[in-house]
Amino acid sequence: MSTNGDSPEEFKGDSRDPSGFLSEIIGAPVTVKLNSGIIYKGDLQSVDGYMNIALERCEEVSEGKVIRRWGDAFVRGNNVTYISADSS
Amino acid sequence: MDEKDEGHEPLDLVRLCIDEVVIVKLRGDRELKGRLHAYDSHCNLVLGEVEETIFVAEEDDEDEAPRVRTVKKQSEMLFVRGDSVVLIAPAEGVTQ
Repeated sequence: MSTNGDSPEEFKGDSRDPSGFLSEIIGAPVTVKLNSGIIYKGDLQSVDGYMNIALERCEEVSEGKVIRRWGDAFVRGNNVTYISADSS
Repeated sequence: MDEKDEGHEPLDLVRLCIDEVVIVKLRGDRELKGRLHAYDSHCNLVLGEVEETIFVAEEDDEDEAPRVRTVKKQSEMLFVRGDSVVLIAPAEGVTQ
C-alpha cells in the first residue's frame, strides 16, 4: 500500500493513478472537454499538476464539425472537465 | 525532472509566445488578440496592442436561431487576470 509520504515520482507510470494515465497518453490524440461544453481535439503535448494542457493540431469541435483550428494551444486546467484518449 | 520524457510542460507553450501575437479565449464569450509581453503561472497576462472581441447573442426574432453580434474594443495595454483565461494560442497558427 502506498503511504501519504510517497513522492509523485513513485506514482510515475502507475496506471491506477490518474496522473499516471495522463503521462501514458502524452503524444496521443485526445479529446478535451471543458466545463463550458466546448470540445477540443488534438495531440496531447503535455499536462501539468493543474491539468493545464498543451495541444498540438488543436481543433475546436461542435456538433461533430471542426469550427476552428487553433494549431498549438494552451488550455488552463481549471476549465477542464475531462481528457479522453481517442482510439486510433 | 520527472517530466523529461514528455519534454515540456504546458506553460512552455506560453513562454514561446512571448513578444508574439496571441489569441486568448476568456470566460464570458470574449477573446483578446494582442502581443504577449508577460505571463505568470496563474496565466495572468500583459498584452499590448490589444483587440478585444465580445460575442453577444441576439434573440430579437424568437423563430430564428440566435445570431451572434460581435463588439470590438481596442486597448494599448491590458493586464488580464489569469482566472478568466480559457485558452492561449499563437495567432499565426489559428485558421478561421
